[in-house]
Amino acid sequence: MSARRVVVVGYGMAGARFAEEVRRRDPSGDRVALTVVGQERHAAYNRVLLSGVVAGTMRADAVRLQTADWADAHGVDLRLGATACGIDRDRRVVRLADDSEVGYDALVLATGSRPWIPPTEGLTDPDGSLAPGVVAFRTLDDCVRITSLAAPGTPVAVVGGGLLGLEAARGLAGRGCLVTVVHPVGHLMERQLDAGAGRVLARALEGLGIEFRLGALATKYLAGDGLALDDGTRVPAELVVVSAGVRAETGLAADAGIAVDRGVLVDDALRTDDPRVHAIGDCAQHTGTVGGLVQPAWEQAAVLADRLTGTAPGARYTGTPVVTRLKARDVDLAALGDVHVEVDCPDSEVLCFADPTRGRYAKLVLRDDRVTGAILLGAPDAAAAITQLYDRDLPAPTDRLALLLGRTLPGEAAVASPADLPGSAVVCRCNTVSKAQLVTAWRAGATTPSALAERTRATTGCGGCKDAVRDVSAWLASTS
Amino acid sequence: MTSTATHCPYCALQCAMSLDGRRVRPREFPTNRGGLCQKGWTSAEVLTAAGRLTTPLVRRDGVLRPASWDDALDVVATRLAGLRAEHGPDSVAVFGGGGLTNEKAYQLGKFARVALGSAQIDYNGRFCMSSAAAAGTRAFGLDRGMPFPVTDLDDSGAVLLAGSNPAETMPPFVQHLRGAELIVVDPRRSATAEQATLHLQPAPGTDLALALGLLHTAVAEGLIDEKYLAERTTGFEETWLVAAAWWPERVERVTGVSAADQLAAVRILAAADTAHVLTGRGAEQHASGTDTTSAWINFALALGLPGTPGSGFGCLTGQGNGQGGREHGQKADQLPGYRKIDDPAAREHVAGVWGVDPASLPGPGRSAYELLDALGEPAGPRALLVFGSNLLVSAPRSNHVAQRLAALDLLVVADVVLSETAQAADVVFPVTQWAEESGTTTSLEGRVLLRERALPAPDGVRSDLDLLHGLAVRLGQPAERFPVEPEVVFDELRRASAGGPADYSGVTYSRLRDGEALHWPVPAPGHPGTPRLFLDRFAHPDGLARLVPVDHRGPAEPQDADFPLHATTGRLLQHYQSGAQTRRVRELVEAAPEAHVEVHPDTATRAGLADGALAAVVSRRGRTVARVRCVPSMRLDVVFLPFHFPGEGRANLLTNPALDPTSRMPEFKVCAVRLEQP
Repeated sequence: MSARRVVVVGYGMAGARFAEEVRRRDPSGDRVALTVVGQERHAAYNRVLLSGVVAGTMRADAVRLQTADWADAHGVDLRLGATACGIDRDRRVVRLADDSEVGYDALVLATGSRPWIPPTEGLTDPDGSLAPGVVAFRTLDDCVRITSLAAPGTPVAVVGGGLLGLEAARGLAGRGCLVTVVHPVGHLMERQLDAGAGRVLARALEGLGIEFRLGALATKYLAGDGLALDDGTRVPAELVVVSAGVRAETGLAADAGIAVDRGVLVDDALRTDDPRVHAIGDCAQHTGTVGGLVQPAWEQAAVLADRLTGTAPGARYTGTPVVTRLKARDVDLAALGDVHVEVDCPDSEVLCFADPTRGRYAKLVLRDDRVTGAILLGAPDAAAAITQLYDRDLPAPTDRLALLLGRTLPGEAAVASPADLPGSAVVCRCNTVSKAQLVTAWRAGATTPSALAERTRATTGCGGCKDAVRDVSAWLASTS
Repeated sequence: MTSTATHCPYCALQCAMSLDGRRVRPREFPTNRGGLCQKGWTSAEVLTAAGRLTTPLVRRDGVLRPASWDDALDVVATRLAGLRAEHGPDSVAVFGGGGLTNEKAYQLGKFARVALGSAQIDYNGRFCMSSAAAAGTRAFGLDRGMPFPVTDLDDSGAVLLAGSNPAETMPPFVQHLRGAELIVVDPRRSATAEQATLHLQPAPGTDLALALGLLHTAVAEGLIDEKYLAERTTGFEETWLVAAAWWPERVERVTGVSAADQLAAVRILAAADTAHVLTGRGAEQHASGTDTTSAWINFALALGLPGTPGSGFGCLTGQGNGQGGREHGQKADQLPGYRKIDDPAAREHVAGVWGVDPASLPGPGRSAYELLDALGEPAGPRALLVFGSNLLVSAPRSNHVAQRLAALDLLVVADVVLSETAQAADVVFPVTQWAEESGTTTSLEGRVLLRERALPAPDGVRSDLDLLHGLAVRLGQPAERFPVEPEVVFDELRRASAGGPADYSGVTYSRLRDGEALHWPVPAPGHPGTPRLFLDRFAHPDGLARLVPVDHRGPAEPQDADFPLHATTGRLLQHYQSGAQTRRVRELVEAAPEAHVEVHPDTATRAGLADGALAAVVSRRGRTVARVRCVPSMRLDVVFLPFHFPGEGRANLLTNPALDPTSRMPEFKVCAVRLEQP
């Protein structure tokens, strides 16, 4: 039997991951002959790390996903700088821009998404390309361009106060730019945060030198003049970073007559309405959800590799719980599930804690003891613990307050006075010596720490209880 | 009364003590600094424990009955010879232990390969140090658990302990951690974690992801030692490609350790002038244990620690002679001196010392669990000789191991007491223990120690070397090939190890008696030993350390609806390994009398269990009964069981024998379970 010809269109995080997952299951290529068509000239890179590149913590060459020789070494026909411009589903071929064709038995669309540019006057040139000084925040090339323009003191406008916009803003502020975020909604990250959290987040970021224009629309950009807003004010900007959302790349699928909504529609087998054509990652729309995060894309890549290599032909993708984490230095924010629930909502148990002065906000929504939504800002321990409960569908601990504080605090050690210790309390762990044994030994005449050690062996292991034993001895001396 | 300077019979710290008759006194020594834990203080009680075996036992009509040494040896030798004649040499297998002295471990390997001609020998260190050994060898070209003296830790600025709880498992060791910022990685808030500056509490089986995350953070923070990586290592580029995919927030989701704590840990280590990363069984006893250890080594290499004066990477060896026991040939793939049994030069050298034809030496045999799994099977061994191991308590998936032992034609056990495994044997030999015999051990820091005989053995008790001699002679070996005097055996071990990675040729009993601190390799009689390895070069031919690209896989048995919890296992301060010794010491039993299971109070309540009640812990492989101990710091989805207890309290009734592909280590540290009413 000859190998199944699988063609992947897109060499981003989903496409590259899919190729790796296939070769992990089929290292020799016996089952799958793999061709990957990638539009960019360089090797696949890790988009998640791009905010680190903007912030200057991650070198541009450290974000690639694979070595240059990965495809060769793994028997993958990788075609970089190649653009797929059509699918002939009857003949089962993909047509490339150079008029060549690649035949497939199974086609995987991993075309990703492209930034959405608001129709603000001046952001784009008449030909549709971005105006000088305007950069989207999407590709590695974008990041390189941003960092080349982001000298300390440069006024920068970030259009969009969503997750990526704020990561870019934080990174640029860290470089010493004068950053203003323009966001059309009244609070930041409105999809993931309620208004209270949005306010605390804005305040925290203001403390790091970022300014905000909330509920304001940019109306016009003029190089040298900055960004004009609909409230009549103006934001100085020598650089405009646009991060106003993305749109799935569905053109190739739509042109081929494949069903498309906001993304390419797929079922639990990641199949489109043509069973030989699949879609994963940002371009795919699964049960109403369009991607945008890497975790679903990677899980889809694994499921599809299971299916197409025959490792697990019945594998199903049933969705990924979404946890949003802001990657911004000195700001720890996690948001998950449905958080747009009022504290007095009768169907849910909602806890909320706000400490704007210290940049902390915690909201927890539970239903039937399960976490259904949470916002944790400035509460990293709670964020980690609550995410575990959410991901693993575990019932929440009854001590809700401890959960919200982030750590199940062990009872404070009774260090106040030896008098307060119960007799059964173990003072010397290494030799299992209780307070009661020390008391008995003391009353039998071992009234110094060394005599107590001789009699009970307390302090003779690691010696960590020397102070405690001395205190017990002193306490007994003072009470006798 | 004479006083004999010796070392504790239990863990690899090998605390120095004196025996005045049967009275234990702690002794000043660099490792324990005059400290002893409760096990050490009470260790002499095992010498006179009730139930001490003083006569061989042979099963007749289903009952173990006393027999003379000659009769018992004749019975065993006759049956071994018969099996060998009928089914070939591999029909007889040998199982050793990490508590045996170097001399016994060496002689056991020689006995298997020469007297039995069998490839089928392995030992319980496979369940202990094999992942550490495989990862250490892979990275550094050589495995010595701690390639530096324990006392180096005294001056360390920061120590990360991954999967180790020395405050309970080797308490006096904790003295060496007092000066450092301590970071403890443990799914439980252990006694050691309570003493830490920072406790990272990952879900069981996710340590590898955590180590990748710390490496990622070190890179992102610009805290790696690029000069060191360039000059002393290879493999960083490929390793980074894996770690690049483990950004802190992703690691947090998998492990439960917050991104903020990951950053704090990296900063503590990087800010210290000198730092150490140390692993224990918590990281290693997994089906991905070798890779997990490699991930910690990669992290340590990225920080420039191994082979740098004052810093380092090490694995904390567990059993008393867990280091020496893995060097001298009781391991399935090994010959003395840490030589590989499939290396022609190694075979020729060792065969020369043994006076046999190199071609007569068998090749590599089955690893420990695979050996146990094959017992009594058509292609498997039909007889098993067990030395210094209590398999029915300490091996994974106990019920299955019991079935395999029952399927044998002949089970022979040499032990001090009638352990659970000895009770199942056809023939039991009563052997000497610590203090009744001389012999060397090699401690966790690679230092060779002499434990001198302090007391006569009880009548009827002989040393394992005697037993091996008796069997070898009856199997047709020349008497002089299997000497019974430990020092004679050691002198032969020196020659057999000469030129090997673990070279003991310069170590002599007289040098040890003089108090010389000899860390191997000691390649010549005048050589001062090697306290610190790798200062100039690593042991690979090019002198460079290897970063190995390893990726996270997760537990072999994930939680599911039927088994929604993960069980992890470990040790208590009061007990040692299967408890065969410590469960016979009154004071230790009073302090820790029975199996317990640590559970989050909510998890106990949901299972209808109260603190102090008995619970059944059930996995796909068995059911353990243990007393509930509610511990609020436990994760909601994790329970902990100590593995020292017998019968229905055996934690290993539950454990998963999924094996590490490289080290063949079973996955002791995580299996899926549920809680039930008992």
